[in-house]
Amino acid sequence: MIWINAVMQGVLVGGLYALFAAGLSLIFGVMRLVNIAHGDFIVAASYLAWTIVHATGLHPLASLILVAPIAAGVGYALQRGVLNHTLGDDILPPLLVTFGLSVIVQNGLLQIFTADTRKLDAGALETGSFEILPGVAIGYLPLLMFVTAIVVIAGLQFLFYATGLGRAFRATSDDREIAMLMGLDNRKVYASAMALSFTVVAVAGVFLAIRSNFDPFMGPGRLIFGFEAVIIGGLGNLWGTLVGGVILGVAQGVGAEINPGWQLLAGHLAFLLVLAVKPRGLFPRML
Amino acid sequence: MAETLLSVEGIHAAYGDARALHGVSLTLSRGETLALIGANGAGKSTLLKAICGLVSPIEGRILFKGQDVTRHRANDIVKLGIALVPEGRRLFPSLSVEENLVLGAKVRRPGPWTLERVYAIFPVLKERRFLRATSMSGGQQQMCAIGRALMSNPELILFDELSLGLAPFVIKDIYELLPRLVEGGVSAILVEQDVTRALASAARFLCLQEGRVSLEGEPRAHSRNEITRAYFGT
Repeated sequence: MIWINAVMQGVLVGGLYALFAAGLSLIFGVMRLVNIAHGDFIVAASYLAWTIVHATGLHPLASLILVAPIAAGVGYALQRGVLNHTLGDDILPPLLVTFGLSVIVQNGLLQIFTADTRKLDAGALETGSFEILPGVAIGYLPLLMFVTAIVVIAGLQFLFYATGLGRAFRATSDDREIAMLMGLDNRKVYASAMALSFTVVAVAGVFLAIRSNFDPFMGPGRLIFGFEAVIIGGLGNLWGTLVGGVILGVAQGVGAEINPGWQLLAGHLAFLLVLAVKPRGLFPRML
Repeated sequence: MAETLLSVEGIHAAYGDARALHGVSLTLSRGETLALIGANGAGKSTLLKAICGLVSPIEGRILFKGQDVTRHRANDIVKLGIALVPEGRRLFPSLSVEENLVLGAKVRRPGPWTLERVYAIFPVLKERRFLRATSMSGGQQQMCAIGRALMSNPELILFDELSLGLAPFVIKDIYELLPRLVEGGVSAILVEQDVTRALASAARFLCLQEGRVSLEGEPRAHSRNEITRAYFGT
């Protein structure tokens, strides 16, 4: 039962990892941009939620009403104002610029919020659970995170394959020049994709802030989980990202059950194993 | 005299240090089809890309319907009524046939071309409308690329290597359709390796050699030898 429980908790935490990863996957799929600052933006969204919750008294989940649109606006402006100028045949400029952004965000958060750890209190949601088997309990919060990840990914999938915006994303991803000849302004398409990615970042940031303590320097760790989930699932494949998150979560859960010190190591080993066997991930790009 | 639709005035274009066009000029009247011929690397595709905004000229200017579009972005130029059928088709591989065609109509210009009309002229596209566009044969992909360009209801359509990589019977079919594609006052520039076919399809031609205009005029006004010399520079 201990192992079933470890796997079950791993599956559920995989939902959070999929949320960390979905925005990365989306951006890579649309514009081949690897956003090194992705994890830091998730943490920045946690701080934004923390600020809003303390200013308004809203429930942390309700704060998404404000956090998500603000994050989307920041993402749109960031892409239009900075990242669009880095995109081209050379993949190095966006890597360097997002690395720089990562440093700026971390130090900006440190300056504003200090190095103290913080957390959002979601009340009974955090501690409540129900038993599905003797010794196997499912927490409401992990379940909500997992369901949210499925809803977010299903929503993104719908947007990509059933809307005009999704068609624009796919066309621009396929061939930027020809997409422009269809009247698509690639600068706006990329900015819309980044706004969407930041909306997912906002959701991930709020759940991160509810689930654990956070500080200005935990972004790179979230980035690594996100990267690993994306690469395990297959670059640019959203459902693959969910599977990648689940595999990572299960590996960590099982590793922790063997020895608490092996939790992160087991996740990285699972990642390396997939990379060695299927270098393009389990479900390569579908976007 | 027919209204001038396009006027290219002494444009120079380059890819990095490599100069591709050296002061090329041309004019095109409304409803006219111009064949643009020249050997590989002569600058034909660069000229088309400059006209539709994918390459930014370093000198000279391009006027379309009297408006200077030299520095316009490609996504703005298409709204004015210029469409390109690119070399190698370049359909969107992640989109279905119908999605490729629908995307062509995104600029919403008024005109006769609708999805139904494209399907009427290329029935095979309707049969395969839900398939990935790049899963079709080369000829069917070319039909889709032409249909996609027509969906924007252009006033000027640029065909870049229409016949490249296609079976002879497919080329014949497409060229037989050409007059129907450009009817109603639509102008066309036809870049084609098959010089004989291109000259037979156009009222005027312009030959490029190493980025410069080497000969232009009506095909019947020039001998085969003259055109061959202009083409190869021998």
